[in-house]
Amino acid sequence: MIESHLPAYIALTFVLFSVLIPVFGLWKRELSQPLAVIGSGVAAAFSLYGFINYLNNGAIRYYFGGWEPPIGIEFVYDGLSGFFVLVINAVAFFVLIYSGEPSKKEFPGKEMPYYALAMLMMLGFNGMILTGDLFNLYVFLEIASLSGYALIAIGEKPAPYAAFRYLIIGTAGGTLYLLGVGFLYTITGTLNIIDMTAMMPMFAESSATVAALILMIVGIGVKAALFPMHGWLPDSYTYACTSSTALIAPIGTKVAAYILFRIILWVFGIELTDAVAPLSYVVGVLACIGILYGSIMAIAQSEMKRMLAYSSISQIGYIIMGLSLANPWGFAGAMLHVLNHAIMKACLFMISGNLRLKEGHSDISRFDDSYRKKYPWTMASFSVAAISMVGLPPLAGFFSKWYLALGTIDNSNWLFLAVILISSLLNAVYFFRILEKVYMMDPEKGQKEPKDGTYNEVKASMLWPTTIFAVSLIVIGFANAVIVGILLDIFPM
Amino acid sequence: MLDFFTGHYAYWFTIILLCVGLYGILFKKNLIKKTIGLAILQISVVLYFVSIASKWDATVPVLDPNIPVDQVANYLNPLPHTLMLTAIVVGVATLGVAFTLLIAIYNRYNTLDEQELIEKIQ
Repeated sequence: MIESHLPAYIALTFVLFSVLIPVFGLWKRELSQPLAVIGSGVAAAFSLYGFINYLNNGAIRYYFGGWEPPIGIEFVYDGLSGFFVLVINAVAFFVLIYSGEPSKKEFPGKEMPYYALAMLMMLGFNGMILTGDLFNLYVFLEIASLSGYALIAIGEKPAPYAAFRYLIIGTAGGTLYLLGVGFLYTITGTLNIIDMTAMMPMFAESSATVAALILMIVGIGVKAALFPMHGWLPDSYTYACTSSTALIAPIGTKVAAYILFRIILWVFGIELTDAVAPLSYVVGVLACIGILYGSIMAIAQSEMKRMLAYSSISQIGYIIMGLSLANPWGFAGAMLHVLNHAIMKACLFMISGNLRLKEGHSDISRFDDSYRKKYPWTMASFSVAAISMVGLPPLAGFFSKWYLALGTIDNSNWLFLAVILISSLLNAVYFFRILEKVYMMDPEKGQKEPKDGTYNEVKASMLWPTTIFAVSLIVIGFANAVIVGILLDIFPM
Repeated sequence: MLDFFTGHYAYWFTIILLCVGLYGILFKKNLIKKTIGLAILQISVVLYFVSIASKWDATVPVLDPNIPVDQVANYLNPLPHTLMLTAIVVGVATLGVAFTLLIAIYNRYNTLDEQELIEKIQ
C-alpha cells in the first residue's frame, strides 16, 4: 500500500512541514529547527525505503487523482530519480541538524521563516526530480529557485546583491527552458516525459527539436553552473550564511544536473542529441573548460568559502563530463560523483562554517598550526574530505574519477582524460596548502608547541554531522563496487 | 518569402519581445530596468504559448451545444492557456522576490546602479 503512494509522500512531507513550521514557530521559535530536521528525516527515510523497494520491485509510477498520463500528471520513481532523491534528502537531513547552531548566531529570531523556506526549497528539488511532466518540472524549478534566492539573500552585507544577480540569470534560464518545452509541446503535443520519449524518434530531423534541446541545455545549464553560465555561483555561495550555503551548495547544482541527464539520456537519447550537431561533445568540452577554470580560480582565492565555491564549478564539470561521455562507465562515474561531491562539499562548507563560528573568519592566509590542537575533529574531517576531493584511494573521490577515466578511455577521448588528471593535480594544490598550514610546523617559529592550542571544538550538533560525512566518504570508498553495480543497472542503453 | 514574414507575424512579434527582454537584462545598468527586462522576457514566452494555441474557425474551449464534442478541431486547445496561468503566477512571484531584494540592496548601499554597487562592494 505504502509503496504505490511513495513518490507523493516524499513531496507531501515537505509541504506538510513547510506549513507546520510557521504554525509551531509562531508559538515557540525554538521548535522550527527540530521540526525541519524531523521533516527532512521522514523524507530521507521514505527515500531510503523507496530506493530499496525500487531495487526489489522496480519503478513506481504514481498518477495524481487517478488520471492516467498523458492526460494526468504523474510522479515517476525510477532508478535515476530514486537515487537523486535519496542523495539530496539524506544530505539535507544532516545539514539541517548542523544548521541549528549557526542559524542562532547568524540570524537570531528569524529561524521560523528560514526553515519554512528551506522546506519549500526541498519540496521544489524533490518535485523536480520526481515529476514525470516537463511543465510541472518548470513549476518545481521556480519553487526551488525562488526559495533559494531568499535563502541566499540571508547573510553578509552584499548577499542581497549576489542573490539578485542569481535571480536575474536564473529566471532568464528558467524562461529559456520554458520556451524549449513550448517547442517540444508544439511538435509532439504532449508534456509527459515517458510519452514524449516514445515520440521523439519521429521528429529526429525537425529543426525545432534541436532548438528546443539547445534552449533547455542553456536554461538548465544556468542552474547547474555549467561553464559560461556560472557567473552567479561564487558570489552567492560566498556571501550567503553558513547554513544556506551548506544546504544549497551540495544539492542545487546536482538537481539541475539531474535534469540534463533526464533530457539528454532519456527524453532525447544520445543518438538524437547528436543527430544534427555533436551537442554532447560541445557540452563535454564546456564541462572541461569549467573544470580547469574552476580549479585555477580556486587556487587564486584566499578565502576558504570562495575557494570552495570555485571548486564547486569545477566539480559540477566532472558530472556533466560523465553525461557527455554517454557510456556506462562515464554514467556510473558521474552518478557516483553526484553522491561523493554532495557529501564532500557539504562537509567542507560545514568545516568553513565551524571555523567562522569559532574564529570569526575563514581566511586561509590566517590559518596556523594551532588549529590542529583547537579543532582536532574538524581538521581531521577536513583532511579526509580534502584528500577525497583530490582523489586518493581508498576515499570516495578517487573512485568517481576512476570510473570517469575508464569512461573516457572507452570512448578514446584523450582530451577529457587529460583534463581529469590535470585537474586532480590542481585540486591537490589548493587543498594541500591548507593542510600544510594546519599540520606542518611553521619553520620560523621553531619546534615549539602552539601557545593558544587548547581544545575549542564546536558543539556536538555541529561536530557530528561533519564527522559523519567524513566517515561516510571512507565507507563509500570501500563500498564503491556495490554502488556502481546498482548504478550500471540504471543506465538506459 | 513574404509569406514567411506575414504568415508568422505573431512569432516575429514574440521574437522581438524576447530580444528586447534579453537586451534589458544584459545591457541596462540600473537594476530596476534589468527587472523590467526580465518581466518582458517572461511575457514574450507567455505570448508564444498563447499564440500556439490559436486556430482559425474555432471557438473557446467551453462546450457549445451547436458543436458536438467529437469535432475537437472546432475548439481551441485550452492546455497552453492553463499552463500560462501558472507561468504568469510564477512571473509575479519572481518580480515580488526581485523587488524585495532591490529594497534590501537599496537600504544597504543607497544605490541601484550596477557600476556603483560593484565599486562599493569591493
